[in-house]
Amino acid sequence: MMRLLSVLISGIISWQALANDQVINADTAPTVDKHSAVLIELVQKLPVTKLKKLPVLVEQLASTATLKNTKKTRDVLQYLVDGELYYIKANKHVVRAVNGENKTYTLTDILADETFAPVNKSKIKKIKTNNRLRGEIRGYIAKIDLSSSDKNTRIDAINQILSNPSKPGLSAVRALLATEQNDDVRELMNVTLLTEQLKHGSHAEKIAAIKQIEDSLQPVVKNAMTQLLDNLPTNNKSTEEKILAANLTKAIKSIDGKRDLFGYLETIFFGLSLGSVLLLAAIGLTITFGVMGVINMAHGEMMMLGAYTTYVIQLAFPNLIEYSLLMAVPAAFLVSGFVGIIIERGVIRHLKGRPLETLLATFGISLMLQQLVRTVFSPLNRQVQAPEWMTGSLQINPVFALTYNRLYILLFSLLVFFALLMILKKTSLGLHVRAVSQDREMARALSIKSDWVDAATFGLGSGVAGVAGVVLSQLTNVGPNLGQAYIIDSFLVVVFGGVGSLWGTLVAAMSLGSINKFLEPITGSVLANIIVLVGLVLFIQKRPKGLFPQKGRASD
Amino acid sequence: MKFKKLLVASSIVASGLMANFANAADTIKVGVLHSLSGTMAISETTLKDTVLMMIEEQNKAGGVLGKQLEPVVVDPASNWPLFAEKTRELLAKEKVDVIFGCWTSVSRKSALPVLEELNGLLFYPVQYEGEESSKNVFYTGAAPNQQAIPAVDYLMEEIGATRWVLAGTDYVYPRTTNKILKAYLKSKGVKDADIMVNYTPFGHSDWQGIVSDIKKFGSAGKKTAVVSTINGDANIPFYKELGNQGISAEDIPVVAFSVGEEELSGFDTKPLIGHLAAWNYFQSVESDENEAFIASWKKYIGDDKRVTNDPMEATYIGFKMWVKAVEKAGTTDVDAVEQALIGVAVPNLTGGIAVMNPNHHLSKPVLIGEIQADGQFEVVSSTPDTVIGDAWSDFLPSSKNLISDWTAPIECGSFDVKTAKCSGQNF
Repeated sequence: MMRLLSVLISGIISWQALANDQVINADTAPTVDKHSAVLIELVQKLPVTKLKKLPVLVEQLASTATLKNTKKTRDVLQYLVDGELYYIKANKHVVRAVNGENKTYTLTDILADETFAPVNKSKIKKIKTNNRLRGEIRGYIAKIDLSSSDKNTRIDAINQILSNPSKPGLSAVRALLATEQNDDVRELMNVTLLTEQLKHGSHAEKIAAIKQIEDSLQPVVKNAMTQLLDNLPTNNKSTEEKILAANLTKAIKSIDGKRDLFGYLETIFFGLSLGSVLLLAAIGLTITFGVMGVINMAHGEMMMLGAYTTYVIQLAFPNLIEYSLLMAVPAAFLVSGFVGIIIERGVIRHLKGRPLETLLATFGISLMLQQLVRTVFSPLNRQVQAPEWMTGSLQINPVFALTYNRLYILLFSLLVFFALLMILKKTSLGLHVRAVSQDREMARALSIKSDWVDAATFGLGSGVAGVAGVVLSQLTNVGPNLGQAYIIDSFLVVVFGGVGSLWGTLVAAMSLGSINKFLEPITGSVLANIIVLVGLVLFIQKRPKGLFPQKGRASD
Repeated sequence: MKFKKLLVASSIVASGLMANFANAADTIKVGVLHSLSGTMAISETTLKDTVLMMIEEQNKAGGVLGKQLEPVVVDPASNWPLFAEKTRELLAKEKVDVIFGCWTSVSRKSALPVLEELNGLLFYPVQYEGEESSKNVFYTGAAPNQQAIPAVDYLMEEIGATRWVLAGTDYVYPRTTNKILKAYLKSKGVKDADIMVNYTPFGHSDWQGIVSDIKKFGSAGKKTAVVSTINGDANIPFYKELGNQGISAEDIPVVAFSVGEEELSGFDTKPLIGHLAAWNYFQSVESDENEAFIASWKKYIGDDKRVTNDPMEATYIGFKMWVKAVEKAGTTDVDAVEQALIGVAVPNLTGGIAVMNPNHHLSKPVLIGEIQADGQFEVVSSTPDTVIGDAWSDFLPSSKNLISDWTAPIECGSFDVKTAKCSGQNF
């Protein structure tokens, strides 16, 4: 019946193809071997099959991989997962379509790699899949990939089978275990098979399996063990069951212990990484606030300008996304630093010694800068892409992974911190800045141009804020409100750490980040923020000058 | 001093001119109450433009009742109490006949008492948490049973989810929606241990810990899904973190109620592909009305890259309905239009018909879409018929007996079917 139907359908297709002269004709492909013929026949059924019936068809499609040629089947499955399979509306012929230039799609035949003339999107329609189906297809692909020559592909494939075990997948793993050369892959294969043994093996096999995989941190292992333990009768256990229960409890306990340890490590990392963002946001403020005593409410907008600089650079060099951040760091420093110097020369200089007016004036500037960005770039958020090396995570073990972007940001923030420390400690600019911050009059008396130092300091602080903006563009929305979200936190860090103290800022940022992250799982993030804020208020009551108060005459 | 004089003089001249102008043309005034500055400007500016576009088109087609429409745009600046003041200004000073406006529930709740006091008419175009029905408001966005519940059904039936994360921003819409969803999930036999609820502040940007918790919660061997009522700006860092921690839509799908085409247009959608959203409209839906609407929107705004979204469709339907009701009633009088609106049917943009029901909510189709690489959605599921918006949820003990019916003889926003009494507590 099925057979008859498919013949009928392919008949209709070829008739339609003949009737329509501008379309693609599958029958003209020169030599079609048997495998390809079956594959084509199945693929051509895709457009006429409902989404609910697709899993059956896809299973048939995947089963063609057992014939001698697996690559073509794998390709077709991959196209389907990637959403590249379309059919031509006119004749329901299935093709691979890739988005090309000028809103057109480049069509290729699914097997012959034959390229057709690009068509408009309205001429073709995508073959729909949903999450569930794609999950299944990935399972089929994993099965094919088990015999791939690339080690990482094999590991991915086994992981896929491990998390969604299926009969054919497992038997493929079993068959390939003996010939597998790579140790990592073998171990993973063993865990997969032993987990299965844990579920369905005999009593002795189960005990043996527990012994072998009790060190594994794979979540499926623990789940299988918990499930097995839960399924044992609670009372009247037989001796066998008692031994099994004791073994399972011990293994689960040891796994939980390890998982908790890595959980702590993870929280510490999260805390430090939040701290590193706070550090970057606050460190520029430490310089301007600490040295000049200027409460710069436009500090957040300096970060925003830095983030928009990243956006503009990506816009200007669309082919260099991988390097865009490296280019954006100096560019953002210059842009924000330059704007900072203009603000200092144009406004703040004239309000010296009047902190309230300075606060209001810089607040006004911050609103102006926001509106400027809204007018120039639109009020909508802008799209900043993440370079490939900033995405994904460093998988240390199955329960502990560090995301690359956070890792780089943590390292980068420390780099910026030590660079600033060096500038302040080792350069003549740093010497002047420190002199002015400790005693302005005395420094002037020693022929330091305090005006010039003020401008340079403000430029430096703003420039660093711009650099922070580049980092923030990787973490959050690049929009006119970007700065507002971070300005309060920045002030908190600076006040907590002690005004003008770089080390204070570092310690304050890292400890605020960590406290926040340790509280978050217990209290939820809303309450965690409140607790941190209240704690800080109490701390400031006790030590008004923060963790590391600055010494010097100006601080009296 | 001179400047001051000049200012006074020019303002006198200007107000004289304005008065002249208003007298010369007899127009129908349409109030637009959307934030054009502040945090909500990002979403609401679009709706202001949509209303202005609709007014322009209507005027070209001859206006309403032979009169031209005159928009009165005010800016409540994402400042909730200001919504009440601006509503008063629109109704008492400008004497507008209808208002299109509000986005957040808190802004609507702020404007409501003024609308009831001065008997105004508001079309509210955004999906919301329900539990409200005012005589003076028409809700053209989705109620929870037109968005949240069908989305959960989809995840349960199609994806096979048995473990749930309800993640939201900490304010009234997510809290009420999650309360309804929790009650609904429990009625379907989901245990407490299989539901994780998490709230975050507005604009939350550090999602590492929460995403890691979701990952752990989802690795317990049962299919897990996330129902996200996370609002606006916080979504992007959330999805980025999901991508970075290696959680794909196939492992743990996220269905969002506040993420649409507009929100995605400022974002690199690669990490989001396959995640879901539930709406009553997607730009990608193929219909003649939709194509015409998209084309006129792009032309009006002068930007080929601008997208359309669900609240825009709701604004479109609301506007068309109001025009039809005014023509039916033959007047712009609020009470007459309010009665005329009930039962009005206009084509929606997805190829169906939207009907205004006696509870001031629309009948809408529910669509579930998967996010694509181009920032558009692909519909993977849709209800066979339109669903009638339910003002009072059937899954909350406090409101399960309540219905809303603004036609005679009930004429009540909160009618208790058990006691047959109208509590009068409409919001």
